Amino acid sequence: MDRIRQIIDKHGRLPAKAETLRPQQDLYAAGLTSFAAVQLMLALEEAFDIEFPERMLNRRSFSTIEQIAACINELSPKALAS
Amino acid sequence: MCEACPTLLDKLIRAGLLIETGVDGLYGRSGEFERIVDGFDRLVSRLGQGDGAEVVRFPPGMNRALFEKSGYLKSFPQLAGTVHAFSGDDRRHAALVAHLEAGEDWSGDQKMTDVVLTPAACYPLYPTVARRGPLPADGLVFDLNSYCFRHEPSREPTRMQMFRMREYVRIGAPDQVVAFRAMWLERGKKMIETLRLPCHVDLANDPFFGRAGRVMASSQRDLGLKFELLVPVNSDENPTACLSFNYHQEHFGALWGIRTASGETAHTACVGFGMERVTIALLKHHGLDIAAWPREVRDALAL
Repeated sequence: MDRIRQIIDKHGRLPAKAETLRPQQDLYAAGLTSFAAVQLMLALEEAFDIEFPERMLNRRSFSTIEQIAACINELSPKALAS
Repeated sequence: MCEACPTLLDKLIRAGLLIETGVDGLYGRSGEFERIVDGFDRLVSRLGQGDGAEVVRFPPGMNRALFEKSGYLKSFPQLAGTVHAFSGDDRRHAALVAHLEAGEDWSGDQKMTDVVLTPAACYPLYPTVARRGPLPADGLVFDLNSYCFRHEPSREPTRMQMFRMREYVRIGAPDQVVAFRAMWLERGKKMIETLRLPCHVDLANDPFFGRAGRVMASSQRDLGLKFELLVPVNSDENPTACLSFNYHQEHFGALWGIRTASGETAHTACVGFGMERVTIALLKHHGLDIAAWPREVRDALAL
């Protein structure tokens, strides 16, 4: 979760620090734009060495920290543990 | 579909309405074709005339620096057309001519110019409006018309590489902009029905590039930002978007720093009319001879 928050801080262009965001908090409501969501997606792929499949390439996958973690866990169960 | 039967493009070319250039999606237009375009243009003007739109016309090329800032290359790198020109000396010119004569690649001394082909009629408008300072309290409405370029060669006559896009653009507070789009969704459908064309309005997305584009397209649909008015032209299964109704939220307002009278970031929306697409839809449904079109359609277009 901390790594996800770091990447959100770097690529999400949110007015608030990611450490102040609850896992279920809506990132779009917190100021995440569609363009920033795309940058976030690319940065997450690189950081966790994953590739989001077609079915995850949508707005919902990047809507909360919890949702992002769920996607990463599904693609690479060990990625978030390390 | 019958393989030997002439396609709609074949028919339009045989009738002399479109003129082949040897490049798919790049055609000349006949006087008859232009009469229909002009008629539809007048109809669009008539419907929008009460809205106080300021008429602005830009050439079909825009400032490259503004184009770069617009974000178009983030979303649609595959569609953009940039203008290049020769930049060498006498010796390089001789080499250019030699390459040409030998049928070789001659593009080595071509350098990017400051001009990019306009991808959508409203792209040059936003930075222009931003320079004027804060909007008046009622916001603004603009009337645009420009040849646009999109690099997507196709034998479908409705998918041209160079085509005209008429637009009304609303810039203002969110409620003003949303109301404008809702009004045109209704007006646009009535207009096309007046022309006795079968049509329906549907949620849509722009052709964003690549995997990242899938996320953009999904967002655009989830937020209901783009609607298209579709008319079956090439087929019933894949009807052609003849009008589009786009709500950009604060995307362009924030990018260019357009402020409302109260200092908020302005929202924008536009309604776009595909001039050639509507013309070809009319030719497809009412026939290639304008004189034989239904009376009410000719009256609406003053033909």
